[in-house]
Amino acid sequence: MPPALATRALAKRFGRTIALAKVDLEMAPGELVGLLGPNGAGKSTLTKIVCGVVRATSGEARVCGARAGSRSARAAIGYLAELFRFPDWLSAEEVLVLHQRLAGSRGGAGERHDLLGLVGLSDARRVRVAAMSKGMQQRLGIAQALVGRPRLLLLDEPTSALDPAGRRTVRELLERLREREIAVLLNSHLLSEVELVCDRVAILSRGSLVASGAMDELTRSRGLEVETGAGTRLIEGVDREQVPQVVRDLVAAGDEVYSVRLVRSTLEEAFLELTGDEVT
Amino acid sequence: MSAALIAFYAVRETLRRRVFLAVLVLTGAFIVLYWLGARFIFAQTNNFPGGVVDENVVRGASVFGLALFAIYFLGCVLAIFLTLGAIRGEAERGLLQPLIARPVGRSSLVGGRLLAAVFVCAPYVAGVYVVVLEITRHTLHWTPDRQLEPVLALVLAVTIIAALSLLGSVFLAPIANGITVFMLLGVGMVVGLLGQIGVVMKIHSLERIAEAASWVAPFEALYQRSLFALTAETSGITKQVLSLGPFGGPQAGPGQLWGWSLAYLGLVGCAVLVAFARRDL
Repeated sequence: MPPALATRALAKRFGRTIALAKVDLEMAPGELVGLLGPNGAGKSTLTKIVCGVVRATSGEARVCGARAGSRSARAAIGYLAELFRFPDWLSAEEVLVLHQRLAGSRGGAGERHDLLGLVGLSDARRVRVAAMSKGMQQRLGIAQALVGRPRLLLLDEPTSALDPAGRRTVRELLERLREREIAVLLNSHLLSEVELVCDRVAILSRGSLVASGAMDELTRSRGLEVETGAGTRLIEGVDREQVPQVVRDLVAAGDEVYSVRLVRSTLEEAFLELTGDEVT
Repeated sequence: MSAALIAFYAVRETLRRRVFLAVLVLTGAFIVLYWLGARFIFAQTNNFPGGVVDENVVRGASVFGLALFAIYFLGCVLAIFLTLGAIRGEAERGLLQPLIARPVGRSSLVGGRLLAAVFVCAPYVAGVYVVVLEITRHTLHWTPDRQLEPVLALVLAVTIIAALSLLGSVFLAPIANGITVFMLLGVGMVVGLLGQIGVVMKIHSLERIAEAASWVAPFEALYQRSLFALTAETSGITKQVLSLGPFGGPQAGPGQLWGWSLAYLGLVGCAVLVAFARRDL
């Protein structure tokens, strides 16, 4: 089975500005990848090239084996843009009907019912877009992106307008998509969210891919946090295998050990280290 | 199929827009005023000194010429407002992105929008034309020499304006595009009037400018053709008198006007497709 997404030396230039510089990225079917980067790092440009809204200057992007932007590639993707609107006179269900027709989906009413339920809008199927809150529109946007059972879902800041409960709904939704083997490229500024749901993270900085890997590969061990009668302290350079010996040594030295915890750097720390002074 | 779907939703959206309601109200007001004006004109020019000039033709053609101008102008307003923000405007509002990502060709999106504009504007132009024609027939007791040609010319002219506005919408923000297309329309009208003056006063340079303009801006030439068709079979002193009036001295335009106008429409359509295909959103 071809990768859900594969880019090779993908580059995009807007006039003199380099938005993307030879980005190589691959996503396996069903994989959930977080795309991170400061503002202007090229995240949205990459997403737009993959869904055919923007043309690459050079390089190649393929979606499930098809050239990005081609009809068959677009048939395999679902896309939620960072900036999107639906005609405000359509109801939630009518929006999905329109996109079912455009996507050639034969899911009918069953698919619409399923998708509105998935994003928690079952009771709002007849509500017009004009009467929806921004959060409801965002969730409708996600339902729209899932029309036609896409194999690759591109979500550009899907939780930007959501309250904490809405964000949790989206997180749960992403977990359920994993079960359906839909690959998801999640472009988000919310690192904690990415950390919670993504299998892998790709970090862009100034248009270049500066890091890509699983959470454990991007973060590093900071040591062992030990709580003893003397207080809490961090013992650096300790890995998992050394923990029993460190505890034995502490007890032998007369310390009363109340708790120990291996500490790793957070994704945020890794992100700041990698993107450095570019953060805006 | 996709173009028809896009057109269907675009028409639904159009019919909900306030600008459409405004055009309908203005059109209603125009029709009532036209009917009243025609009645007054008929009542107060009944003792028109006849004999050499057929007063019925002068009266009817002049008033109906004014109506054609109004229909043409309102049709263009509608066509421009329906298309001025179709691409860049809708992309800036975020309406286009969800559609573009679907397996629908950009040609379908553009074709759908043009189809929707034609679907709204053509019946509008034809409908108002028929109503005004009937008012003229019953109130002024006059009918144009050719009744089908003027309306066909106006529909094609308005379609070309819609296509030009759609082309502009690929590059320009809605307000800038609207201003540009209205200025284009205005330039066309000025050149058309200069051409009329050139014909009446036998100024050949003006005639040549008008002829060149009819190739560059066939929508104006089509409007002139629609006016010309009103009294195409009229001759003699009556025709001479008509040519001195504001709507009575139009030219038929180049012999290949219909063919060139259709080709022009096709060229503008291709330009929209090429420009939109290369456009990053």
